[in-house]
Amino acid sequence: MKDKIVRILEYLDKLDRRIIFIFIAAAVALPLLFPLDIDFSVTPPVRGFYDTIQSVPEGSKILLSCDYDPGSLPELWPMHVSAVRQLCQKNIKIVCTQLWPAGSPLAEAAFEEVALGEFNKEYGVDFVNLGFKEGREVVMVSMGTSIPKTFPTDYHGNRVEDLPIMEGMENYEDLDLIVNISGGLPGTKEWILQVVSRFHIPLVSGCTAVVAPEFYPYLQSGQLQGLLGGMKGAAEYEKLVGITGLGRRGMDSQSVSHIIVFLFILIGNIAYFTTRKGKKK
Amino acid sequence: MELIGTWLAAGLTLFIFSFLYRDNPFYKFAEHLYVGISAGYWVSLQYHNVFRPNLWDPLMRGDLTLLIPFALGVLLFTRFTKKFFWLSRWALALIIGIFAGIAIIGYGTGDLIRQVHANILPLWTGDWLGSFNNFLLIFGVLTALIYFFFSKEHKGAVGAGAKIGIWFLMISFGASFGYTVMSRMSLLIGRVYFLLGDWLRLIS
Repeated sequence: MKDKIVRILEYLDKLDRRIIFIFIAAAVALPLLFPLDIDFSVTPPVRGFYDTIQSVPEGSKILLSCDYDPGSLPELWPMHVSAVRQLCQKNIKIVCTQLWPAGSPLAEAAFEEVALGEFNKEYGVDFVNLGFKEGREVVMVSMGTSIPKTFPTDYHGNRVEDLPIMEGMENYEDLDLIVNISGGLPGTKEWILQVVSRFHIPLVSGCTAVVAPEFYPYLQSGQLQGLLGGMKGAAEYEKLVGITGLGRRGMDSQSVSHIIVFLFILIGNIAYFTTRKGKKK
Repeated sequence: MELIGTWLAAGLTLFIFSFLYRDNPFYKFAEHLYVGISAGYWVSLQYHNVFRPNLWDPLMRGDLTLLIPFALGVLLFTRFTKKFFWLSRWALALIIGIFAGIAIIGYGTGDLIRQVHANILPLWTGDWLGSFNNFLLIFGVLTALIYFFFSKEHKGAVGAGAKIGIWFLMISFGASFGYTVMSRMSLLIGRVYFLLGDWLRLIS
């Protein structure tokens, strides 16, 4: 019996990685096809994100910075669309910028789907896409002096000064909040360091899970009012906004695949240490 | 047209996934295609979103002050010549100087001062849990800082503090690793969702 267990562990120790891939593929695909509806709770950072937007008065103007590209789409698109939806529900005017060049078409797509498609908002009045500007932190600081001078034209080539939404808007003092959807650098960290610290404007962030742990100290210090970390954050936020998008749909797959990864790590370590002990003898 | 795009994307996704079995020509084709298209897209994007609106169009409208950044940009290309490569340092010096100046202010006020301030916490908050949280935070910060203090040999009390600091660091690395697994899994979920939903229409 003992020999049999040792042989199984030796087999597991040298397990072909492709077998692990099959398990992971099944763990991801099956819950998408047959949803398990595993319940999850809303964590305080996500609640902070939602509540901060809710606390912005109706008709106010906020800055939505979409600093990501299609590489982070599964994590950031659900929270991006949900944020636009919450902002439109509250009739908050959106001034959108991008510090990542490939973020512009994504910002356009989100507006088309939600602001125009669901809420019949008017471009230039209720929202505007100022487009991408090269310069990273320099652009952030420059907007503190003058937004129209930093972005003289919008994504469609219109003169920014001619748009009703930009009337009377000069710099961050005319905005109530920054909502940042961040795929990396430049992103949330740069907004905190360059804008929150200097211009004292509240910031909420939706970011990829890879960088989320880096931002928890800023939540604790109050430099960040809310945080959506990866697909889990997006799912919690969708729950608060009251929709079912990729975030919530993906949570079953996320949970099952994490259990599989956990089991493989556990089995791998048991097999490794047991067979190593045998080899030493 | 959308249907062709979906089939093309699905095919290329499967080509990329085929690498999980082993390296093969389909994977190589998709990889080379991706690199080529990305490079082309990037050049086009930089031309239309950066070069034209920021430099060329204003210059054509008569804003001659932009000749200065234009000249500095041209200087960057002197790196390709042995005789004049030193001229590129002028432009690089300006870029590094501006970014360093901006970064120092940001890190100084946003990271250093605010984070130190955020760690000056009362050890007794009125309830046991809050007090324990604050104690744990301060203790973790101090021991992690001891680990990075190399002017004294890590022996005795300093050594013990450094060892505890390593534990705190390992826990934070573990949390980061967990988040990374979640992130990578999300990307896979996104692709599988596309294949099963948009392509095969198996998800309603």
